[in-house]
Amino acid sequence: MSSTRREFLAGAGALVGGLAISSLGIDLTSVIAYAEEMKKIEKVKTARQTTSICCYCSVGCGLICSTDKKTGKIINIEGDPDHPINEGSLCAKGAGIFQTTEANSHRLTKVLYRAPGSDKWQVKSWNWAITEIAKRIKKTRDTGFMAKNSKGEVVNRVENIAHMGSSNIDNEECWLIASMVRAMGLVYIDHQARV
Amino acid sequence: MTNHWIDLQHGDVILLQGSNAAENHPISFKWIMKAKERGAIVIHVDPRFTRTSSKADIYTPLRPGTDIALFGGMINYIIEKEKYFKEYVVNYTNASFIVNDKFDFHDGLFSGYNPATRKYDKSTWTIQKDEKGIPVKDPTLQHPRCVFQLLKKHYSRYDIETVSRITGTPVKDLLKVYEAYASTGVPDRAGTILYALGQTQHTSGVQNIRALSIIQLLLGNIGICGGGVNALRGEPNVQGSTDFAILYDSLPGYLKAMTVSTKTLEDYLKKNTPVSKDPMSANWYQNYPKYMVSLLKAWFGDRATKENEFGYSWLPRLDDGQICDVLNMIDNMSKGKIKGLICVAQNPACSLPNSNKVREAFKNLDWMVHVNIFNNETASFWKGPGMDPQKIKTEVFLLPAAASVEKEGSQTNSGRWVQWKYEAAKAPGDCIYTGDIIIRLVSKLKELYRTDKKAVFPDPILNLKWDYTDNKGRMDVVKVSKTINGYFLEDVTIGDKTYKKGDCVPSFALLQADGRTSSGCWIMCGAFTENGTNLMARRKKDDPTGLGLYPQWAWAWPVNRRIIYNRASVDLNGKPYNPKRPLLAWVDGKWVGDVPDGPWPPMADKEKGKYPFIMKPDGVSSLFGPGLNDGPFPEHYEPLEGPVTNNLLSSQLRNPVIRIFSGPYDKVASSDPKYPFVMTTYTSTEHWCTGAITRWQSWLTEAQPQVYVEISEELAKLKGIKNGDKVKVESVRGSVLCVAMVTPRLQPLNCGGKSIHVVGMTFNYGWLFPEDCGDSANLLTPTAGDANTGTPEYKAFMVNITKV
Repeated sequence: MSSTRREFLAGAGALVGGLAISSLGIDLTSVIAYAEEMKKIEKVKTARQTTSICCYCSVGCGLICSTDKKTGKIINIEGDPDHPINEGSLCAKGAGIFQTTEANSHRLTKVLYRAPGSDKWQVKSWNWAITEIAKRIKKTRDTGFMAKNSKGEVVNRVENIAHMGSSNIDNEECWLIASMVRAMGLVYIDHQARV
Repeated sequence: MTNHWIDLQHGDVILLQGSNAAENHPISFKWIMKAKERGAIVIHVDPRFTRTSSKADIYTPLRPGTDIALFGGMINYIIEKEKYFKEYVVNYTNASFIVNDKFDFHDGLFSGYNPATRKYDKSTWTIQKDEKGIPVKDPTLQHPRCVFQLLKKHYSRYDIETVSRITGTPVKDLLKVYEAYASTGVPDRAGTILYALGQTQHTSGVQNIRALSIIQLLLGNIGICGGGVNALRGEPNVQGSTDFAILYDSLPGYLKAMTVSTKTLEDYLKKNTPVSKDPMSANWYQNYPKYMVSLLKAWFGDRATKENEFGYSWLPRLDDGQICDVLNMIDNMSKGKIKGLICVAQNPACSLPNSNKVREAFKNLDWMVHVNIFNNETASFWKGPGMDPQKIKTEVFLLPAAASVEKEGSQTNSGRWVQWKYEAAKAPGDCIYTGDIIIRLVSKLKELYRTDKKAVFPDPILNLKWDYTDNKGRMDVVKVSKTINGYFLEDVTIGDKTYKKGDCVPSFALLQADGRTSSGCWIMCGAFTENGTNLMARRKKDDPTGLGLYPQWAWAWPVNRRIIYNRASVDLNGKPYNPKRPLLAWVDGKWVGDVPDGPWPPMADKEKGKYPFIMKPDGVSSLFGPGLNDGPFPEHYEPLEGPVTNNLLSSQLRNPVIRIFSGPYDKVASSDPKYPFVMTTYTSTEHWCTGAITRWQSWLTEAQPQVYVEISEELAKLKGIKNGDKVKVESVRGSVLCVAMVTPRLQPLNCGGKSIHVVGMTFNYGWLFPEDCGDSANLLTPTAGDANTGTPEYKAFMVNITKV
């Protein structure tokens, strides 16, 4: 973090004091909203800060995430002023990235399973899901495995399981996927890069 | 990108075609505006007037799917007016090479076309070689069979009037664009071309990019500061996911997928390692065996030995010519041949073309695994419009993943910068890293295959090296990252230096073909120093060239080179062509500036010098490009679905080798009065792709709540539609209800006297959420793909619009 930004935040805090005094007897709605923002700025000042990279287009803008030290929750995400590409600025999506975090109640937080013919999801555990998925992969793979093609040439491939995605996970995760699908013998392997 | 985002500020002329950078890559526009403030000319060519157009010095429309006609006209202009950079063209491209006498082009077809197979026999698309095996050249460029003369002849047909009749772009605008852009064919001016899906999502998508690359080479704009061919890619790590080959046709680091014709590792390496007889060609890919063997060592560790060909035989092989891309994947799923689908962070129910076909195909699956941070139309396909859950037997596992800011790891941007991110908070509830899901799944598979004595071909699963968890059982991101970079697996002495077993390999130049090194993706080798320092996490902003390369901010592949092919920015003696922006210079026997494309001296040194395009076997760039499936020169053809019945340049209406399908959902209606309007699709600033992440965010949906179609004031009048009316947009494959947005941003085009209406839609919506936001524009798009990549034609097809 640059000292310039810290100075700016300190200055903004001083402004709150001034507003409180002058607010007697007038409509406080906008001032309260402003004060809320100021409280947030106070919290951000004491938060743990980590850098990240935006998760949308591939400009690769830098982010600063502020995490409350007590709750461990992300409380603010903004553009990284030190980042040479975005120099602190973000587009509408990037500026709203906070809503991809736990603060968004729509986030998936449980393993869900939909049984054949069912019209609803059931909550399951990771152990159950990983075991059941692995069993299905094995069964489908072992049934469909092609040791040779129609000409009798060695192919050692699996055509009845496909993999798709993804270009919005990290490199290390991409490499694990690229490794897994080849070990399984898959050939129907594709993702967003082509489309 | 050959260049990088910050470098856009150095363009003297910036041509955006097939990109709405101001709205879709907004931060990139900061650098474009910097160039403009400096006096650069910004040109925007697009069917629709957007915020990008509003900032451009020159805006002009074109009919969707006619980019090659426009670029072909520019090639013709550059050659006719002698605007090309002759020294660059002669020395750094294959312009002077003499082409096979039997190569021919006639009435829209190149030599070797077989209408029965709809394929070309490419055996005549070759360069003549002398007795030593070196290309025959005519540096005067006068030989009638040299590449330059064939190029000139090919594009002489693209006269400006014909181009205008095809594209609908007024002649005076074409002249303005050509004149401005061709002004960069001098040593001290740079032109850059920026494109996005507007160029690639066509049945001639690859040839679109070839055409603009030819322009850049003629003008000497590749390898220079402020120049380049720059794809503005649309996903945060699409560069990385491509580098790591979540693709059927490549392996990590752009190595080739295995096929049946390469039965042994030796066959495979022989087939894929190019040979050059020219001593001045570096032919960098002669190192191919080092990269492949190091990859096999990363995958199979100690189990990969010389005796077992490093595990080569454990990997799947394609039949020669077999295509396993998404188009064939969905087609085979709809035929019931694919039974299981693992889908990670992608929403094919809305993102793939012809959504009805895709959604129906899912019903044939026994099981689907879906990993994401929000629910979407793919995971929930069984309860979508027209679906009866009771009749759908597919089991679906929907797995909650950690979001980007909740994960440590690296991400590669369009400019090839690999940037490290940190975990800002633990992911909520049961969410875990996608990497952890993969680690757990493979570990469980290993257990099942180890314990089942009858398991089929367990070798690759059991032998896969899989030790990527920390002492808490969580994914050890740094360990995976170092495996990708690569290790010395024993003490290795190279030159006068000995590297220790366990050291990271600090450059791919040090990788070995004998199993003494590993590297999970050779182009990433060098992201860690020998002692394990993570260069991707760097945040130093020193800028020694003053050009904004920031060599100590993060790390860029390859070997931290910020602008690739940079040896083409200097003359034969290594002197920068552009003294105002010297990217590289040969000073006192060494290179100064960016990391050069290889250490060799410049070309004037006849003993040690090398040609600049080191990844090409001949050492120069290809104006004549024989590697593609649809011709060595880009040629204009009409889209699969279009408003015209004839191609003004030949009797071949469509590209003869594009990917087409013939299932019940694959209907096509070209020049059909029932579907009279050209449709193109795009995104908005507030949403990302199908909206699968952004539609769950109230701040964004408040700004862009629902699906809409943009139509011109003229078309609105013709159809009795008012701004805000509800309308049905329909193609022969499907329909979408949406709101009409009547706008002057779209104007009818005059294509040779025929008035053509173009309409446009965003592809950001789906039926699941928010309620009543509408459904996907891809219900309308055709299942048709580029002849080389299979990239679908989302950007040009035919629809009708009616008021409802």
